[in-house]
Amino acid sequence: MEAFGLLLHGFTVLLTGKTLLLMMVGLVLGIFVGVLPGLGGPNGVAILLPLTFTMDPTSAIVMLSCIYWGALFGGAITSILFNIPGEAWSVATTFDGYPMAQQGRAAEALTAAFTSSFIGSLCAVLLITFLAPMISSFALRFGPPEFFAVYLLTFCSFVGLGREDKHKTIISMALGLLLTGIGMDTISGQLRMTFGSTDLLRGINFLVAVIGLFGISEILLTMEERLALRGHAAAISLRVILSVWKDLPKYWVTLIRSSFIGCWLGITPGGAIAASFMGYNLAKRFSKEPDSFGKGRIEGVFAPETAAHASGTAALLPMLALGIPGSGTAAILLGGLMVWGLNPGPLLFVEHKDFVWGLIASMYLGNVVGLVLVLSTVPIFASILRVPFAAIAPMIVVSCAIGAYAIQNAMFDIWLMLLFGVVGYVFKKISIPLAPFTLALVLGSRAEDAFRQSMIGSGGDLGVFWSNGLVGSITTLALVLLFWPVIDKACSRVGQMLRPAKA
Amino acid sequence: MLLNAEYPMSTTDTEIVVEDPTAPEGDSPSVASTRSVDVVVSILLFALACVLGFDNWRTGISWDESGPQAGYFPFYLCVILGAASLYGIFAALRNRGEASETFVTRAQLRRVLQVFVPTLLFCIAMQFLGLYVASFLLTAGFMRLVGRIAWWKSLLTAFIFTAAMFITFDIAFDVIMPKGPLEAAFGY
Repeated sequence: MEAFGLLLHGFTVLLTGKTLLLMMVGLVLGIFVGVLPGLGGPNGVAILLPLTFTMDPTSAIVMLSCIYWGALFGGAITSILFNIPGEAWSVATTFDGYPMAQQGRAAEALTAAFTSSFIGSLCAVLLITFLAPMISSFALRFGPPEFFAVYLLTFCSFVGLGREDKHKTIISMALGLLLTGIGMDTISGQLRMTFGSTDLLRGINFLVAVIGLFGISEILLTMEERLALRGHAAAISLRVILSVWKDLPKYWVTLIRSSFIGCWLGITPGGAIAASFMGYNLAKRFSKEPDSFGKGRIEGVFAPETAAHASGTAALLPMLALGIPGSGTAAILLGGLMVWGLNPGPLLFVEHKDFVWGLIASMYLGNVVGLVLVLSTVPIFASILRVPFAAIAPMIVVSCAIGAYAIQNAMFDIWLMLLFGVVGYVFKKISIPLAPFTLALVLGSRAEDAFRQSMIGSGGDLGVFWSNGLVGSITTLALVLLFWPVIDKACSRVGQMLRPAKA
Repeated sequence: MLLNAEYPMSTTDTEIVVEDPTAPEGDSPSVASTRSVDVVVSILLFALACVLGFDNWRTGISWDESGPQAGYFPFYLCVILGAASLYGIFAALRNRGEASETFVTRAQLRRVLQVFVPTLLFCIAMQFLGLYVASFLLTAGFMRLVGRIAWWKSLLTAFIFTAAMFITFDIAFDVIMPKGPLEAAFGY
């Protein structure tokens, strides 16, 4: 009940003309970024971050999260109308969405996608509203060993559960953690890995790296492809919206299943892509006519979109409650929070109540406003794609440069941004995942501090990570997840050996 | 509306068509295989791990009375990075799939350089001309030379974009950007 009162308070923080205006601006920018080829959630948030530097934290985070919702909505437009998934998690939406557009049912498909995104997000926001305060008040009892164990769990689950080659995930993560160590050591005051450079003294700024990794590299990657496109235009009429909504209750099982999958996978790191495919596949498996999937079935749009958005939103839960982002975009939002001197984690709920509940309230409001906005403006946004990429690419480069420079007013950061752009391009092409890199960059110094503080506390005894039930079980779980592929293989081998014996 | 005969599936509502005049050809020869780039990157990462590891070892990787020294944590990360990239070198060498995969074709590389080189020039120009003039030049030049868009459209778009950026950042939000002689002449 306390959460409800605080949430109402959050709404009162939000309901000012200025915040609502920023929300609209954020949503429009977000949809814009989501629709443009080669850009998506993380890139959009990274590029548009500098816009918010001069605002107060609440307005800034409201605008940033609205950019994020907008990008999520925008991704569906290109998937359905052009068969171009804006993000990896929109791939499953194209399976049935594009065939629907080809059959002249684009408006229906878009309405279905937006509505199910809305439902998915709403479920996840409800989860955040009630679970985040509980988790954070529980986490208030955490000391350095517990925090280090939670960080370790995050890193290990990336390695153990990720689909990429294990050594590539490890490379990406170790490199990210190393880069955060550059500069002045916070505990001893010694200089590390600066090689006498005064520019490296400040360390490598997280946002500079992210702007390069996601902004510049994405342009390089997009330019490689043939950018000609051909798609459908669609206007959504009120009649179509109502007819889709009337059918909505028929699909309640799919919607609930996908929301659940999304929320669950969103909390574990890097789950949005898996969530959308899982949502789609399960809907197909449990369907009475699985063969009709892939040929323009509306359920095939509902299932992945609900799951993807539920997980995209649920990824903010661990970020708010524990300071651990559940996705690349959440990591960038977290980097944004740090720019305003807000330290994400359990203390945020105690020290910055206004901010947290304003943010949570903005998730509700942003989704409602976003839904209305996309439904009414789809034709305008679809026609943005007519703008040639040759005009958009230099503008993105300029925005990236402004962003990178504005953070510390240093020309050195521009060069770093370019370097990270090339690194991101090469890494993506040889499939070294960037999400663990981003996560390591944002969590690195805090993970190290937690580790060293617990070591100082225990006098150098690693046993501190098993000193009580809580920290012990988290650490053990982390190690289990790290070696999960090995354990999984071993288990199935043992299973195979036992089976003939039983028979 | 356009080219309906080619796409019988989509009947009347194909409306948005965007062409790409300088698209890379599909049959362009490969410059490098993914495997060779993978090997080179792994070697570079291994070298980086060695260099950083050495620096951290110099800083101090042991324990003193106040706990681990400054280089302790990063040193072991270097060990992990070094081991993973060493493994990566061998994994890439054994990987037959990557060997046949093209990292980049010649036409693709040309397009990537078409955007990378102007970006590089933009960053250099920014130091002398200021960000706004450089961004005008980048946008106009890129639209004209790479996008083959008419001169007047390129110049107009670049001007509107740069002016909008200047008003947003310099006037409305007070974000300070590098400025050059032109801004000085106008007294900003």
